[in-house]
Amino acid sequence: MIEEKFDAIVIGAGMSGNAAAYTMASQGLKVLQLERGEYPGSKNVQGAIMYANMLEKIIPDFRDDAPLERHLVEQRLWVMDDTSHTGIHYRSDDFNEAKPNRYTIIRAQFDKWFSRKVREAGATVLCETTVTELVRDAKDRVVGVRTDRAGGAIFADVVVLAEGVSGLLGPRAGLREIPKPQTVALAVKEMHFLPEEVIEQRFGLKGDEGCVIEAVGTTSRGMAGLGFLYTNKESISLGIGCLVSDFAAMMESPYVLLDALKNHPSIRPLIAGSEVKEYAAHLIPEGGYKAIPQLFGDGWVVVGDAAQLNNAVHREGSNLAMTSGRIAAEAIVKVKSRNGPMTKRNLALYKAMLDKSFVVKDLRKYKDMPALLHTNSCNFFATYPRLMSQAAQNFMRVDGTPKIEKEKATTAAFIKARSRWGLVSDAVRLAFAWR
Amino acid sequence: MTIAVTKSRVEDKLYQNRYLVDPGRPHITVRPHERPSANLLALTHVCPAKCYELNDKGQVEITPDGCMECGTCRILCETNGEIEWNYPRGGFGVLFKFG
Repeated sequence: MIEEKFDAIVIGAGMSGNAAAYTMASQGLKVLQLERGEYPGSKNVQGAIMYANMLEKIIPDFRDDAPLERHLVEQRLWVMDDTSHTGIHYRSDDFNEAKPNRYTIIRAQFDKWFSRKVREAGATVLCETTVTELVRDAKDRVVGVRTDRAGGAIFADVVVLAEGVSGLLGPRAGLREIPKPQTVALAVKEMHFLPEEVIEQRFGLKGDEGCVIEAVGTTSRGMAGLGFLYTNKESISLGIGCLVSDFAAMMESPYVLLDALKNHPSIRPLIAGSEVKEYAAHLIPEGGYKAIPQLFGDGWVVVGDAAQLNNAVHREGSNLAMTSGRIAAEAIVKVKSRNGPMTKRNLALYKAMLDKSFVVKDLRKYKDMPALLHTNSCNFFATYPRLMSQAAQNFMRVDGTPKIEKEKATTAAFIKARSRWGLVSDAVRLAFAWR
Repeated sequence: MTIAVTKSRVEDKLYQNRYLVDPGRPHITVRPHERPSANLLALTHVCPAKCYELNDKGQVEITPDGCMECGTCRILCETNGEIEWNYPRGGFGVLFKFG
């Protein structure tokens, strides 16, 4: 169907694919982007928080027309047990700035906008097209793709695999392994619609201000997991995710966890009266630094979630995706500008540039965190949240018990649950993994 | 009883979503088996769209119409060959309105 040869083919129109396609096309490369969804975004799921800095590096004036929901002025980090939450809240008027730092977005809308920018930059975007296979030459170099549309192969100097966490092409071509159950989380999410002013009243917001809640605790039933609530303009994204290995071992159902979260006394009043308009599920790469696969080869690079580039500790993913897509594109443009072939040797530039960026530096910092949270996850996600809640209630409740006895009871509860050695060892392991 | 309530809830959730089903071309199939592995059995609980169910003979069956293409079953069961997983043809499958 398409006879000409392209400088680059980008597979996927998510954050990393759009960043790569936009960057290459705006530098004058002939780019074809293939997306299996009916429209860009129709297969994409995210919480979603978008970090301005990383998008500014691609589209500096994105605020002029990007569909943004609310800029965040408040973040609540909660530790929950069955009836309570203990929280650290950070709210600052400093976040009400001319160019805010973080926004909530709705991916289907945002991705359509991003894709329009990609087309305006000169790339050809073909939707409703599933890439079925990478085409390789006699020397095993990737030289193009085959799709489920009629017609033969489409050729390019380089293929950018932006196929997402669940991408099939890379693993099937032997370029990387399928993610392991302990390195991916399954998250489910519902979109709860409420009038704008109700959201503003409930969270104490004005105008475009937004608030997010992220919560660990007994809501994940001892599994390594996180609940989240993000305020959009006229809706609330509410969801929960846990490691796939934990889900399988515990035989838990994600929708049961989601319903329990919705009915939690700390969450229920925040979403009361809402109308649910969508239920979505998606995988999140959680393996961190040690799960990053080979990132480049002869005629190909892999970016974004497909490359497991996700910071689970800070819940950052789309910014790592955008940045890796941009950097891969810049590396390709550089190789192209000196008339170099897209060999493994030349494309190593992508990894060298990525290693110098926050993407790999941040993941390296937390390289031991996934293993820590995966082993004995019930301590961090159930035992400690319960203890923390008991301690807080013991501290707050006034019932005539002398304070010294209350303190002793709290200390005794921690030691009984984890032993002195267990407490010290958990603290030391956490400190080392955080370092 | 609890199971029945849970099931209806998932169906209610999926009812909110938009799909374009490709009739007669399921994108996931379960390999015929006598007894499911622990991972395949777990899918009857873990699949967020409850596509996997046990039949009377204790085998796991799939109806992928409500599939949200998350890939969880692929992570758990593709490596051992118990399921075959492909993306739907271009344009088919789940179509997220909000994502």
